[in-house]
Amino acid sequence: MLDRIRAIALKEVRQLRRDRLTFGMIVGIPLIQMLMFGYAINYDVRGLAAAVADEAQTSMSRALVSDMEATGVIRVREHASSVTDLRRRLQSGDVTVGIYIPPDFERRRIDRDRPLAQLLVDGSEPTVENIARVFTAMPLPSRSGIYSTAQPMFEVRTEYNPEKRTAVQIVPALIGVILSMTMMMFTAVAIVRERERGNLELLITTPASSFELMIGKLLPYVLIGLIQTTLILLLGSLLFNVPVNGGLGGLYLAALLFIAATLSLGLFASTIAQTQMQAFQMSFFVLLPSILLSGFVFPFEGMPRLAQWIAQLLPLTHFIELVRGIVLRGAGLGDLLVPIYKLIAFTAVALGVVTLRFHKSLD
Amino acid sequence: MSAQPATQSRDEPAISARDLTRRFGKLTAVDHVTLDIPRARIYGFLGPNGSGKSTTIRMLCGLLRPTSGECTVLGHPVPRDAEKLRRKVGYMTQKFSLWEDLTVGENLDFMSRIFGLSNGERDQRIDERLAEYRLADRRDQRAGTMSGGQKQRLALAAATLHNPELLLLDEPTSAVDPQSRRDFWESLFDLVERGTTILVSTHYMDEAERCHGLAILDAGRLVAEGAPRQLMDRIDAIVMEVEANDVRAARHALDGQSFVKSVAQLGNRLHALLAVDVPDPERRVRDLLQQQRVQGTVERVRASLEDVFVAATGFRSNGDEGKQ
Repeated sequence: MLDRIRAIALKEVRQLRRDRLTFGMIVGIPLIQMLMFGYAINYDVRGLAAAVADEAQTSMSRALVSDMEATGVIRVREHASSVTDLRRRLQSGDVTVGIYIPPDFERRRIDRDRPLAQLLVDGSEPTVENIARVFTAMPLPSRSGIYSTAQPMFEVRTEYNPEKRTAVQIVPALIGVILSMTMMMFTAVAIVRERERGNLELLITTPASSFELMIGKLLPYVLIGLIQTTLILLLGSLLFNVPVNGGLGGLYLAALLFIAATLSLGLFASTIAQTQMQAFQMSFFVLLPSILLSGFVFPFEGMPRLAQWIAQLLPLTHFIELVRGIVLRGAGLGDLLVPIYKLIAFTAVALGVVTLRFHKSLD
Repeated sequence: MSAQPATQSRDEPAISARDLTRRFGKLTAVDHVTLDIPRARIYGFLGPNGSGKSTTIRMLCGLLRPTSGECTVLGHPVPRDAEKLRRKVGYMTQKFSLWEDLTVGENLDFMSRIFGLSNGERDQRIDERLAEYRLADRRDQRAGTMSGGQKQRLALAAATLHNPELLLLDEPTSAVDPQSRRDFWESLFDLVERGTTILVSTHYMDEAERCHGLAILDAGRLVAEGAPRQLMDRIDAIVMEVEANDVRAARHALDGQSFVKSVAQLGNRLHALLAVDVPDPERRVRDLLQQQRVQGTVERVRASLEDVFVAATGFRSNGDEGKQ
């Protein structure tokens, strides 16, 4: 049995080595994604284009605007003549933030019963609104002697990522995203391709069992998954200074569990898909919710119940919990038993279903 | 070559099927096929595309489950004991189904490991097959870059690596040139000599004629069975050969007559199949030609296998189709 598994794995490796495109994707996908996500995804938005409609035109109103600009979050690009003008510029997409300072600005400052000014924010872009909220917490302009003495209620300390660098949050989770992207697709396609080309029909008539066929085919991809994990960790550390606070052993074990889960998902897809194209489509069908619901982009706790339930069915959700715990919080596997069990359960169920579906026949 | 199981006698058929039937939805691909295939013989399935040849072969090697009926292959009931057959059966599909991105040597090495040959056996067996099928100098060539005939020799080499008792060949020669086909059949006779039973499907008449036994399949049904000679002698029609200067006109004269079941042109001759109960058939054909003022000779001849095939399948499509 071991001989046969080895023969199948060896054949798979030989074929992979000759398939330049797939071989390139093994290294290329992590590399490109890493650079793209690592540099481009940035929650700390800076330099938003802003327009100002200052109907007060006092020294204080000008001071307010320059204070806002000093935060670096906005850059005043245009001056509008009225609120209507401001709205138009916002609508056309020239600017994403509009600042309106009403004519009675000075009065409002003294009365302090109404807001001083209005911030118009383009809500069509997801994170911009969050950023604009920064300004609502800003103290009042200080030069006139009427100082805002309000004390902040809390002091916030960001543990595990004190500099609030997005890359630190993104890179460990990116291991999961990239593995989901490649593992499921590679296995599903590798198996479906054999069906398409008629190899499977021949293999079924040999003494090789379904179990040997499946394991032999998956083994090389486990190795590839581990190579990709290493590559991402190395790049993350070299390019973005992402530390690995927890143990490397634990991290690789977590990666192995996750690889097993996605490979079994790929196997499952291969029992349904008839063509390579269908296999591709199915892996994208899983990939998109994985990225959106797993907590990679949006905080898991903030999602509605239904979305959370769906997310529970995606192995990426559990892996991200694991990997962030290990890499950033320095947690040991003992602290993370729940997501570990969930990944194991997922793999067991998926493999069970696959064994039921993967008959050694063509019916 | 392969040892016979103790419980099996030499006379017992290699394959025996009883009322084997397979439906795909509404389509009945194989319709109550009953046959016995003797050992150490080449047995052919002759039939047009879609006649159920491939489906029958797939059921015999356990790839498809029969909808009803039963079959026993080398003493094992199939599909129940299909796994026990794996080491005794070699299967070759219509399409080249080895790996095109592996070399000849790698393909054979892989298949021999899958069939569980021991290390010593393996190298020896592969060398033997490479020599036998004239592939020794192509050992390191990728299978995908070879010609149709070479691929087919490789497929046969792979299918016989484990010295199977039974070879199931599904239209093995559909993608090769005539010379390769002749060579291929020589190889098959060599295998039979050594005791292998071969079941081969084809739609070539010349190949069918070389088989020891033959089953003609049409629309899933077994419409004729026997040795090719026997089938030709027993044909259910009178075969009349017409030689004429104007073959088209001669054909026109015969077409549409109730006792003329089919007319086929072979160069400047016609083969007309007539109903067996026609009195004085030669004169009736001559009369028909004269009426149309066609010059020509008419002679009653022995049936060819093609005539047998037309008689077995064509009549049905001419006559029965209207009733369905």
